[in-house]
Amino acid sequence: MSQSSKYSVETKTRTSSIFGICLILLVILAVFVPALVSRSVLQDLFFILTMLVLAQFWNLLAGYGGLVSVGQQAFVGIGSYIFFGAIILWGVNPVPAVLLGGLAALALAVPIAFFAFRLQGAYFAIGTWVCAEVTRLIVAQWKQVGGGTGTSMPRDARKEMWGSEWIAQVFDVRASAALDILAYWLALVLVVLTIGGIYWLLRTKRGLGLAAVRDNLEAAESVGVGATRMKWVVFLVSAFGTGLTGAIIYLQKARISPDAAFSLVDWTAFVLFIVVIGGIGTIEGPIIGVLVLFTLQSLFADYGTWYLILLGASGIFVMLFAPRGIWGMITDKTGLQLFPIRRRLTISNKNNEKKGNENG
Amino acid sequence: MIWVDTVIQGVLLGGLYTLFATGLSLVFGIMRLVNLAHGDFIIFGAYVILVLVTWMGLDPFLAVLIAMPFMFALGYVLQIVMLNKVIGDEILPPLLVTFGLSIVVQNVLLEGFTADTQRIHAQELQIASVDLGVATVGVLPLLTFGSAILVIVILQQIFYRTSLGRAFRATSDDPVTASLMGIKTDNIFAIATGIAMVVVTISALYLGMRASFDPAIGPARLIYAFEAVIIGGLGSFWGTLVGGVIIGVAQVLGAAVNPEWQILSGHVAFIIVLLVRPRGLFPKAGL
Repeated sequence: MSQSSKYSVETKTRTSSIFGICLILLVILAVFVPALVSRSVLQDLFFILTMLVLAQFWNLLAGYGGLVSVGQQAFVGIGSYIFFGAIILWGVNPVPAVLLGGLAALALAVPIAFFAFRLQGAYFAIGTWVCAEVTRLIVAQWKQVGGGTGTSMPRDARKEMWGSEWIAQVFDVRASAALDILAYWLALVLVVLTIGGIYWLLRTKRGLGLAAVRDNLEAAESVGVGATRMKWVVFLVSAFGTGLTGAIIYLQKARISPDAAFSLVDWTAFVLFIVVIGGIGTIEGPIIGVLVLFTLQSLFADYGTWYLILLGASGIFVMLFAPRGIWGMITDKTGLQLFPIRRRLTISNKNNEKKGNENG
Repeated sequence: MIWVDTVIQGVLLGGLYTLFATGLSLVFGIMRLVNLAHGDFIIFGAYVILVLVTWMGLDPFLAVLIAMPFMFALGYVLQIVMLNKVIGDEILPPLLVTFGLSIVVQNVLLEGFTADTQRIHAQELQIASVDLGVATVGVLPLLTFGSAILVIVILQQIFYRTSLGRAFRATSDDPVTASLMGIKTDNIFAIATGIAMVVVTISALYLGMRASFDPAIGPARLIYAFEAVIIGGLGSFWGTLVGGVIIGVAQVLGAAVNPEWQILSGHVAFIIVLLVRPRGLFPKAGL
């Protein structure tokens, strides 16, 4: 295709290049944020970052893979519980234990996928939910980590956590604040890797196949896209990332219980609304969605149930009247793309552009 | 002999799960819609009956008769203003809209009635029992099971003996052709959801009389209902009864071994059935 230098396939636009540079600067700034803000702001940022990762992975599943799971709490739960188990039972340092949490979620995803892929559409959704319930009920029997009531992270483990002493010295803070900073950095690394990784995936040939599967399964298969393998890859990758996030979230919370770690509302409902309100099937959507969620939460969290009613109603409203979410409305109006994945054919000598297909 | 008793209790509990599942099965069969708020509507129905019983001093069985048309209307309107707009080839819109509904209903109930557990009182009915020879069973569970069978028989009659049922089956097979034949599919769907809500009301009555409830327990009822529907095979009402009974028996047997295993063993039974028979026990051709 690219035998001539006159033609090239591009995804970049000028706005996206500028945005990319801003983003790199923003990430560099974010690294130094713990020195600049108060502890409560840092905790808010931690919340935003971790929810963003969960939302990106759910978006990868539902928005790109067409796999609408409402059982993601299974992976948050198992990730955080194996994280705690590794610390308490096997004396692993909490930082490497995070990785074990991710791997545990990956391992759990294999039987769940084997089971749930037999179900289609809405039944897949509830099937994943049943799997999450089963996992929760089994974990609640695990007496060494507190059974149904849960447990706290041992004091020694918190003290000896890699890097926490260094952080405490450099920032001149107490051990508990050092834990928040460490958790924040881990979350930041995860966000960068997640968004970078998903963006990279979507720009590869495999990502194109994924979009094809999402848009039309039969057509995609007829041109040789292995839809089943694609589903497996997406499901396992999402589970791994969700498990890692779960472990980091509970590293920061330092206290765990089955009902909290396997909460449908916290780890799936919120995530779902973030993606839908922000704009499903885009990388930008979840970023906007998490900011909307955080704003709503800051304004209305004191009203408890009314906040959740508002959130549910907003989700319904968006789905009925603007199914592509806030970011969908913005791109419709402006054509803006910050993480462009649409492939466009550019002809270099004439400087004019031809647009490729819509969702490529 | 204790095992015979346990199994009978499980079968009767299955009657309640069948009632939960029938509404779900009806709606799915006709419009391929899975209502994730189904469990929360059951709890909502229980609160409607509770209000009628405690505030107006009505008998629960009279209260359910008043609640039925109300719930039918609610289902009808919900379908017209909201759900009809999201039915289609895409799976995401109906899932998200009903999931949003589930969150809204749960929290509205929480706001209105607090998280305190409630119960619909029916005096002597709750403690009455009959001796069947092999086991002594409660009148209430027996009544629940009987109601489940009656509901299925009536639904079967509606489906196969009336013009409404013909319209249901036609829309289920092919909504486009059905509408060409003069069937107003929007209206048919709304009636179906209305009927499902009537069944929901009946199951709410037995749920509320059998044990205490609170606003948060809806999602678990949805899961039991869903499991019963899938085990039975999509779209088969009698299959749903078998599915409900399997879940009920599995739960009661699990609880007999270890009380903490009750819910878990129901789920495990579901997973085993699905691994052996991916399309359920009585799959209907074409679904």
